[in-house]
Amino acid sequence: MKILIVDDFSTMRRIIKNLLRDLGFTNTAEADDGTTALPMLHSGSFDFLVTDWNMPGMTGIDLLRAVRADERLKHLPVLMVTAEAKRDQIIEAAQAGVNGYVVKPFTAQVLKEKIEKIFERVNG
Amino acid sequence: MEYDDCAQGDVESTLKIHARQLVDSLEHGDFGEAVQLINDINKVRDRGLYHEVGKLTRELHNAIVNFQLDPRVPHAKEVSQIADATERLNYVVTMTENAANRTMDLVEQSSPLVNGIGSEAQRLSADWGRFMRRELGADGFRDLAKRIELFLASSERDSVQVSAHLNDILLAQDYQDLTGQVIKRVTQLVTEVESNLLKLVLMASQVDRFAGIEHDHAVLRAEQEQQKKPSHGEGPQIHADKREDVASNQDDVDDLLSSLGF
Repeated sequence: MKILIVDDFSTMRRIIKNLLRDLGFTNTAEADDGTTALPMLHSGSFDFLVTDWNMPGMTGIDLLRAVRADERLKHLPVLMVTAEAKRDQIIEAAQAGVNGYVVKPFTAQVLKEKIEKIFERVNG
Repeated sequence: MEYDDCAQGDVESTLKIHARQLVDSLEHGDFGEAVQLINDINKVRDRGLYHEVGKLTRELHNAIVNFQLDPRVPHAKEVSQIADATERLNYVVTMTENAANRTMDLVEQSSPLVNGIGSEAQRLSADWGRFMRRELGADGFRDLAKRIELFLASSERDSVQVSAHLNDILLAQDYQDLTGQVIKRVTQLVTEVESNLLKLVLMASQVDRFAGIEHDHAVLRAEQEQQKKPSHGEGPQIHADKREDVASNQDDVDDLLSSLGF
């Protein structure tokens, strides 16, 4: 299971990386926005994408849309972990095809639940 | 402001008097005087306009001097309060980032120590159980005794280490005090700038009044709305629990998503 973590703040990437490691996912890579994430996704055979929304360059919602529009990436499960909490935005992300939505600040428990739920649905 | 109202009142009453005189002279067929009066009216209006523009310019000048924004002044960058505030906020970003990294370093160094103590204690506990049930031979017991001795020494050493890390984690939170002070000062500056801007806006509206300019507020608001498109991202929401259009916690998000069929 190879996971790409996309967030412009290195501390947040580190927190997510540590939480994922505690959940048993040790194979992770990091990108600081959509522009750097997309080429990595194209060449890296990732199984899961965790992305922030608000980032300079390419935002998380645009990254999500780019992934869904790409023939080879469109089935990649995407979890959004973001401070963006407006109802309109959550609906926008859902319509763009997000698999899970976690609002910051979050707990290890919430992250675990959402990831497990996504894998249940993907495998089931 | 009292003086302003007075000047404003003067201009208005002069205009009223002139207007009445204009009607009178037109009714009496005195066109020469009428044209003269129209000129006078224009002059009164212009004087008012110049007066307000003058005030606005002076206030702008004051604002530039107060906040030391003039880029032509030598060392403008060092003395400008806005540049200073920007630098202070950058300092906050650096401080908080350093503290977060320092804390995570220490947690990452502590976890293997604690996990090591835990798992070795579990193994020893299992073997101790075998010893108590007399399932262990003499060699086995010698081995167990040796491991217990090692374990006691290593847990003593590791707990000193973890305790030192915990202390350092505590100390790494000292950024809160320093950044708090910096943010308070910047907040104060923002409040000052806002009240000065408001004053300028009020003065500019007086200029608009004399010049007869009207802004289409609906269009201005629409432009602003346009800039606030949600896909650009807004960052964390303040007072999320009091707002209808914002999910205040993860349960809210989950409810919304499940109502959409997730």
